Amino acid sequence: MLNLIVCIKQVPMVSELNWDPRTGTLKRDLAEGMMNPACHHALEAALRLKDLHGGHITAITMGPPMAEEVLREALAIGADRCILLTDRRMAGADTFMTSFILARAIEKECPDFNIVLCGCHTSDSETAQVGPQLAEELKIPGAAYVEWLELKENVLRMKRLSDNFLETLEMDLPGLVTVTTSQYQPRYVPLAGIQDAYDKYDITTLDADDLKLKITGIKDSPTRILKVYSPDSKKKNIEMKGPAKIIVEELLEKFGRKIGGEIQKDLKAYGQDQ
Amino acid sequence: MNQTAQTATAYTAKAKDIWVFGDYRNYFQTRVTLQLLSRAGDLAAKTGSAVCAVVFGHNLDEYVNEYIAHGADKVYVIEHLSLKKYSMEIYISLMERLAKQYMPDIILVGATSFGREFAPRVAKRLGTGLTADCVGLDINEDGILVQTAPAFGGNLLAEIITPERRPQMATVRPGTFQEIPHDYIRKGQVIRIPMPEDLPKERLKIVHYQRKPHRGQRIEDADVVICGGRGMGSKNRFKKLFELARLLGGEVGATRPVVYSDWADPELLVGQAGKHINPNVLFSFGVSGAIQHTAAIRDAGLIIAVNKNPNATMMKKADVAIVADANQLCVALIKELKKRIRS
Ligand SMILES: Cc1cc2nc3c(=O)[nH]c(=O)nc-3n(C[C@H](O)[C@H](O)[C@H](O)COP(=O)(O)OP(=O)(O)OC[C@H]3O[C@@H](n4cnc5c(N)ncnc54)[C@H](O)[C@@H]3O)c2cc1C
Repeated sequence: MLNLIVCIKQVPMVSELNWDPRTGTLKRDLAEGMMNPACHHALEAALRLKDLHGGHITAITMGPPMAEEVLREALAIGADRCILLTDRRMAGADTFMTSFILARAIEKECPDFNIVLCGCHTSDSETAQVGPQLAEELKIPGAAYVEWLELKENVLRMKRLSDNFLETLEMDLPGLVTVTTSQYQPRYVPLAGIQDAYDKYDITTLDADDLKLKITGIKDSPTRILKVYSPDSKKKNIEMKGPAKIIVEELLEKFGRKIGGEIQKDLKAYGQDQ
Repeated sequence: MNQTAQTATAYTAKAKDIWVFGDYRNYFQTRVTLQLLSRAGDLAAKTGSAVCAVVFGHNLDEYVNEYIAHGADKVYVIEHLSLKKYSMEIYISLMERLAKQYMPDIILVGATSFGREFAPRVAKRLGTGLTADCVGLDINEDGILVQTAPAFGGNLLAEIITPERRPQMATVRPGTFQEIPHDYIRKGQVIRIPMPEDLPKERLKIVHYQRKPHRGQRIEDADVVICGGRGMGSKNRFKKLFELARLLGGEVGATRPVVYSDWADPELLVGQAGKHINPNVLFSFGVSGAIQHTAAIRDAGLIIAVNKNPNATMMKKADVAIVADANQLCVALIKELKKRIRS
């Protein structure tokens, strides 16, 4: 039986996804966290493989206890089993440690997997590092930014766009892919599924001790954050306001030469001719 | 925890070189290797180390010479017919071996699609840290690489170091640093390493590859860029920016929400996750100015921002901050330009 693992991260609701174009404000009343979009697409890719070939999907996430929400969502759409890795000692893990912990959990809980699917990157940090590093930890081949995949016996055929090259790849299994958001539009969550996700299924929750790991996310991460700051700007600005037509005239009056110079047309002269 | 992890102490007696991965697949489009060589030169001046390029492939002389002309003191070369394809697994294994043998202090990799997959795996094999998408790289008093990268999805920057493990690794988006002009008289040492014969069998194969057909001018090369954000309001209004761009012989860029809402092609994304641009004139319509966006426009010349909110970060970063409705201003500008430009 096809044994699929999907790694999912809960991310903060990104502001740009729920902005009200009429009022020009952010809709903050929606849920706080959501399934990272690329992970959602990875889950969809897994579901399609399962639709075609049958199989079993394990969704796994590492995060605070509330990350359980994205696992319930995964169950509602069709995942069969969920694992939540949650432990204060895991907090602050960088990509190196995160992939290390995920790999140990996978080895312990579902060592017989065929394919691991991850989102190509997360919307909150976008390092795109955890997927490739997880492949290394599991000592399996991996392919990032996959847009399309097809299973043929024990080989996964994939397509992706890589640095302006359209590539077709074949990977021996077990293997890992990271999936982009260009295809695999996620299916809707059936209402009945949501109910079931809360009633029927248990989520396996594991901490560092369950995984026999002596770790601290922050201390064992190779990278260290020294400081976080808000960058300041140096440009000296000129403010313009008023009716659009007047501003445009003023703009071309003051900067017409510069803009015109770029496009090799004299923008300023016209105004003076009038 | 990881047996391959190298500590700084084990390293100190060894070479202290700064390596730049030679990513030449899209040589004419992506000058990131040359840009990194330039930055590596600045860092090397502080640590007293050598700048090295590392390149794998077939028929590499052109690149080797180019790297030396752009600041490499040494170039490590592995040349073999079988390296003609940009094969991820083989390249990772080769980099791992070279790094373990020569022990560089720093490895910099361009954040191309290839580099973004290659670097994390190399870092993992070497048991070391990696910072993605650095917008700044410097050396501190302790001789450690300080990697500045956008953080927490907002308007913040973080300074990140890899205090103990070595090498220190970072990826950098194309366009972040400026390459230095080439100097073809410059001499460098070329170290040729034979292709190892005992590489693990490839489990991932490129069956087919083909260059994607290209559209006209690229936004990275444009002298005038018109960047639109969510403040444009709708897909139809956003389209006006293309008309403005045609009038100004420029290209249109977009922010992430715009791309997510499908008002613009993902190729037009300007920012950390998209293109770095350096136009002489940048118009910015309805853009708030998040760090992931502004990090990629730092090299723009004249910046003209239009926003109805005078306090938007983008307005602070502009030479000209126009407080107005982005759509109305765009329409007015198109009208006025049409009057004035009679070609
Ligand atoms: C890991 C990560 C990577 C990212 N990478 C990128 C990236 O590469 N590129 C990128 O752009 N973003 C990126 N982002 C998103 C980024 O943080 C911002 O959310 C995004 O740049 C905001 O886009 P915006 O300015 O169009 O929209 P908003 O932030 O919503 O700003 C809209 C602006 O329009 C103004 N406005 C509204 N109505 C009008 C009107 N009628 N007239 C004039 N002005 C108006 C508002 O005052 C506001 O300033 C990334 C985020 C993360 C977390």
